[in-house]
Amino acid sequence: MVLAFRHAVEALGRNTVVIHAPGCMGWVSNMPGRTAHKLPAIMPCFASSAAFASGLVRAYEILGRRNVNVFVLAGDGGTADIGLQALSGAAERKDPIIYVCYDNEAYMNTGIQQSGSTPYGAWTTTTPVGRLWKGKERERKDVPLIMLAHKIPYLATASVAYVEDYVKKVRKAARISTIERKGLSYIHIHSPCPPGWRIPSEKSIEVARLAVETGFWPLYEVVEGSFKFTVKPEKLKPIADYLKTQGRFNHLTDQQIAIIQESVNSKLAELERLALAISRSTG
Amino acid sequence: MVKAEVLTGNEAIAYGAKLSRIQLISAYPITPQTTIVEKLASFIANGELKAYYIHVESEHSALAAALAAALAGVRAFTASSSQGLAYMHEWVAYAPGLRVPLLMAIANRSLAVPWNVFCDYSDTFAEMTTGWLQLYCENAQEALDTVIQGYRVAEDERVCLPVMVCIDGWTVSHTGEPVEVPDQEKVDAFLPPYRPRYSRLDPDQPMYLIWRGWEDPKATAKFEFFEEEAAQAAKTVIKEVNQQYFKLFGRGYGNGLIEEVKVEDAKVALLTMGSMTGTARVAVKRARSEGKPVGLIRLKAFRPFPSEDLKKLSERLDAIAVVDRGVLHGCGCGVVYSHLRSSLYDLDERPRIINFIAGLQGSEVSVEDFEAMIKKALRTAEAGKPKELVEWVL
Repeated sequence: MVLAFRHAVEALGRNTVVIHAPGCMGWVSNMPGRTAHKLPAIMPCFASSAAFASGLVRAYEILGRRNVNVFVLAGDGGTADIGLQALSGAAERKDPIIYVCYDNEAYMNTGIQQSGSTPYGAWTTTTPVGRLWKGKERERKDVPLIMLAHKIPYLATASVAYVEDYVKKVRKAARISTIERKGLSYIHIHSPCPPGWRIPSEKSIEVARLAVETGFWPLYEVVEGSFKFTVKPEKLKPIADYLKTQGRFNHLTDQQIAIIQESVNSKLAELERLALAISRSTG
Repeated sequence: MVKAEVLTGNEAIAYGAKLSRIQLISAYPITPQTTIVEKLASFIANGELKAYYIHVESEHSALAAALAAALAGVRAFTASSSQGLAYMHEWVAYAPGLRVPLLMAIANRSLAVPWNVFCDYSDTFAEMTTGWLQLYCENAQEALDTVIQGYRVAEDERVCLPVMVCIDGWTVSHTGEPVEVPDQEKVDAFLPPYRPRYSRLDPDQPMYLIWRGWEDPKATAKFEFFEEEAAQAAKTVIKEVNQQYFKLFGRGYGNGLIEEVKVEDAKVALLTMGSMTGTARVAVKRARSEGKPVGLIRLKAFRPFPSEDLKKLSERLDAIAVVDRGVLHGCGCGVVYSHLRSSLYDLDERPRIINFIAGLQGSEVSVEDFEAMIKKALRTAEAGKPKELVEWVL
């Protein structure tokens, strides 16, 4: 997630204000009296990062400062759950903000509790493995598709294992939102959490890459209604390859793995159909 | 040239905001403040007010957006009531610590449960420990004037705290009264453009507004101390602003913190807030015509609580009947009553203080109710001690 932040800030430049939603990046980015990035920054109340950004970006417009990047950095908890209402409102209003959700698939800052983004089967402290429960029993929310339904001008998924792809997307978001003022840009970046996923730190990128190579984390963008996969593995690796790297999945039964494989397959098929449908309606 | 119109309290607030040249509004509907944001929308739609209107999707977001705008450097406005105010409580508590001026209009409405759209102060009293200043208006004219004054007070460098301008839901918010709408040029002379003084979010002057209280708790607690100093300093500022407004516009409201009616030669006084004061004025007038030494104190500023002013005039009184439109649940009494007793405790000569809890859930407080209160206050003064301290007028 630090990678997600660092590369975004490099791409956006110094004319940027950062809204750090409470969460890991909210704290990792600063120490008393200073920030890592030396940009103006604030930590708003948890539920309304996007609403805060809305007020900020419109105020800058009033002041004739339209080229300030208003950048929200929020985790999956602050986006999929508590922050969803504010994000939805900002998207509907076409507030020209750049919203990056770094998804480590749980509330990690508070110690690994499940979020709406936690995938099926994952161990977390609130979806533990015991006699009756076997990790999370529900499928995750698909926030990018929720944002697709909002018809925002720029939507993308990304991964910390594909930095160039991500940086391109951040630049595109800045162009479409800050410069062209078309509305809210949303980037959802997959970001492994070593303690939360029970992986060694040095395996983070490898695990993130496997997520893409197994089809678990498709990389795509939708630019003003036009859908495109930006990274598409020719042949997908079996999902077990991804799951077995992480301690949070080591309780999974073959049946659960099969369910996950089926879910990955149908999700990708759904995306393919969506891609076709969207290009038809805009083409 | 002075314009006079028949305006509801809500419309008057909208005019006050318009004259204050607000630059950004975050609007969300809730009864009974809704017509404030509707009126502001129509001003903008007709090109009468140049401000950005954000249709936020909740009150929590409303205050988020307004605070953000103030940090960016524009004069912002929002309004709420009851459940909406409660919903944004997180931001209400957050704002004062940043020392950023903000103004929010509240049309007072009772907080559920019971579910009620009518007036009492349970909504704003629930925010009383947050550090916001709270000014209560008796009528629509005062509401318009107090919005303009409110921005002056909030933006004063000695204050830099957010202000709630409160009007009684329905009785003031929705009742039409003749209101003088001041000239824009005169208001411009009174209220200069807004500039952020302390906290801001500006890439040219990067500032870090992520508060880590726990790193050095005592140093952090010092900020709370400074915040409280500012709230206390606001007493002086409010008085100054009230005085200056009176000079320029011909309207003042007591000394800005409290208003005294026939208290100089009174033995007992009623203490009220908001629109019920109008009814109390009638009861006091009647009592005076019967030769009773009764006065009336209207509390305009609930925060900062004007202890010094109340102490001063209490020294001559034998009894004060505090009429509370909100209960301090768990303490067995009304909110203002509790505050007053605390403020006057150390006086060498203290008046008797009795409490009438009245007007809850929008219930009417009649002239007869006030007359009964006056009677009890006089009896208390005579007997030297009250029969009962707290009475619920139900």
